[in-house]
Amino acid sequence: MTLDQARTLISQRFATAQVDAAVEGVPIVVTVSPDEWTTFAQFAKNDLQCRFFSFLTAVDWKEQGLEVVARLDNLDDRIGLMMKTKLGPGASECPSITPIFRGANWMEREAYDMFGIRFDGHPDLRRILLSDDWVGHPLLKSYAVDTPHPPYR
Amino acid sequence: MPSGNGSSSGSNLGRKQERRSPVAVRPPVPEIPVPVWRNFKDLQEWEQLRQERPEGDKHSSAFVSITEGIHNFPGGFVVTTVADAFLNWARKSSVWPVTFGLACCAIEMMATFASRFDVERLGMVPWASPRHSDLMIVSGTVNIKMAPMLKRIYEQMPDPKWAVSMGSCANSGGPFRHGYFVVKGVDRVIPVDVYVPGCPPPPESLLNGLLLLQDQISHFRRTGKRAEPNPKVD
Amino acid sequence: MSTRATHADREGPRRTDEGPRRTEDGPRRIDLDYAGSERLTMNMGPQHPSAHGVFRAILTLEGEQVVGVDAVIGYLHRCHEKLSETLTYAQYPSIASKTDYVAAMTSEFAYVRAAEQIGKIDVPKRAQYLRVITSELQRVASHLLWLGTWCLDLGGALGGGATIFLYCIRERELLLDLFESLVGARLLYGFYQVGGVRYDVPPGWVATCRETVDLIDARISEYEHMLEDNPFFMARVQGVGVVSRALAEDVGISGPLLRGSGVNHDLRRSDPYSSYDDFQFTVPVETAGDCFARYRVRMVEFRESLKIVRQALDGLPEGPISSRPGLKSVAQTRIPKGEAYVRVEGARGEVGCYLIADGSAKPYRMKWRGASFSNLAILPHIIPGHKVADVVAIMGSVDPVFGEVDR
Repeated sequence: MTLDQARTLISQRFATAQVDAAVEGVPIVVTVSPDEWTTFAQFAKNDLQCRFFSFLTAVDWKEQGLEVVARLDNLDDRIGLMMKTKLGPGASECPSITPIFRGANWMEREAYDMFGIRFDGHPDLRRILLSDDWVGHPLLKSYAVDTPHPPYR
Repeated sequence: MPSGNGSSSGSNLGRKQERRSPVAVRPPVPEIPVPVWRNFKDLQEWEQLRQERPEGDKHSSAFVSITEGIHNFPGGFVVTTVADAFLNWARKSSVWPVTFGLACCAIEMMATFASRFDVERLGMVPWASPRHSDLMIVSGTVNIKMAPMLKRIYEQMPDPKWAVSMGSCANSGGPFRHGYFVVKGVDRVIPVDVYVPGCPPPPESLLNGLLLLQDQISHFRRTGKRAEPNPKVD
Repeated sequence: MSTRATHADREGPRRTDEGPRRTEDGPRRIDLDYAGSERLTMNMGPQHPSAHGVFRAILTLEGEQVVGVDAVIGYLHRCHEKLSETLTYAQYPSIASKTDYVAAMTSEFAYVRAAEQIGKIDVPKRAQYLRVITSELQRVASHLLWLGTWCLDLGGALGGGATIFLYCIRERELLLDLFESLVGARLLYGFYQVGGVRYDVPPGWVATCRETVDLIDARISEYEHMLEDNPFFMARVQGVGVVSRALAEDVGISGPLLRGSGVNHDLRRSDPYSSYDDFQFTVPVETAGDCFARYRVRMVEFRESLKIVRQALDGLPEGPISSRPGLKSVAQTRIPKGEAYVRVEGARGEVGCYLIADGSAKPYRMKWRGASFSNLAILPHIIPGHKVADVVAIMGSVDPVFGEVDR
């Protein structure tokens, strides 16, 4: 499968998705709505053969809300695919792709830890990098870089 | 689409004008309960080496009375000072560090323990169990999740014990000082005797720090008190 | 100064004649009702002798067999991603070293290449070759440390595992001497800058490098024979920690772990960057998926990296070492608006940097895709079913570096 074949397949199946090459180093970048997030992930795994799960993260665009970004790869045909979804201002819920890709487990826990995004369908959503009783989600733009807080500060 | 303004006012550089961020920055107030570590104290601590022994402890009283006797005998002071110096040397030459490698400094600590900058010729056998060690070399960044573990391991070490803060992360938070999760120096958690600067300190620096520690140990053995900061060295 | 803990703050001694703490109605009595299939929760805490760094595995054991693993990470979370939003493109590369601190230059590589891709900044050929040489030497140094610490874990510090450890560290010191004469630092560098590299090769370095490479090549064969003739090593390592190909791709592991499971995926080959396509080298792939396969992959990678270094030294072109030399102010490198995801074949796998730039001297968002974070995510899937002793062997063959995991 070539990159162009992959692009046509995506445009046929997902008419509302936006396919472009906005990210350097990634040949196909697809922006879908949050409702189609899991269907697109399933489609990428089965039809585009993108079985390699690279990473999942989130970006905080201040007024425009949060955006979840995931990267998949088809190792045999060398297709690199990045899927993005904008959650909208004020929203912080997103469906989980852990049932589809097991590697998303820890990545989604990290996105929850850092941004506060709750992933529906995640088997074990708890904090991974920060302490379990930490309050706040640090990578949001409204969180300051550093503040003093007890007991070791 | 990214908004026009760049960074939010999270910069601590202080050199530039603070830009007004369109989103209000509210410093967080994490409600972390202050832990009560008294429950975890396993061993008792003796501050001074010569503590008062209870009545039934005849063995050390005998030792003390014999050494007093030798010392007071004419010419006997030679024997006790030599013995003292011998014990002094034995004490400082057999400091066993507990391997507490956290981050990048751990790699340099391992290099110091290895063959080129051998630390075993100084008598330091790296030992994994804190119960059998005298020294804790904190090598790497301590963060808020790790600090209770650090304190717990430190308290499991028997007295007298020393701590060396290796690297700038352990000294003061280092390059990560302005991070929300980093403890700005391990001396906020445990008392530190020697600070070794560097990022990471090359093994020569760490060896220098360990030799300074040996001086401190012999001072402690002689006087029973911890060393004060020495203006010639610090 | 008031926040410092001192010796004076510690509590005084408790009298020895007080005895153990007792409750009012005598010592506590606990009835153990051992039925034979009880599960024990054992904590392999953040400080343990297996020298990998701060990792906590809460193992659920049935006898000697592990039935569940809960991996707790975050003990080295140093806020890299938040700090990168406050540091400029000239300041951050030396902090980037501290993610994968064993092979520090590959971490810087990902960040610097991401900035260069967005800003469409060319890197001169000499700088590209120098980057390749240092990356491959870092890979060799990292694998030497891996081999040393893995054998240390398998054998115990005083039980024979220290043999290979000391030999490998001896070789690694030779490489660190090379880096020290090139950059000035042994372990953590700020060598890569946006546009090229920072320092040029001092006189005599190329000759010393060639000698070191030949020496290491000869010694690796010695270690291979030493290990593969040892039946204990072979018994502990073969058949342990098998990762199937489907699981490998699903979880997203990369590097020698992936190649040990039969997937032929090496970023230097599939997505060549920085003149890697000028060099001839093979990519080792093993199909068994166990610890021994990963060990074989890394041993072959040693030799292939040394081959690449020799070819690069032979073909090192003259020219400038940076397209943006000199640093007049830390904010001088401005990258226009854009996004990039750039990956580099690090010693542990795919190290990636997803960078969103917004026109100023600091990034808007930077995400580290750490190879060890994804590699470590495979542990809950492969450890259950093995014995406790195998846990150490598996963790060593996964080769995590916690700077990358926790960032």
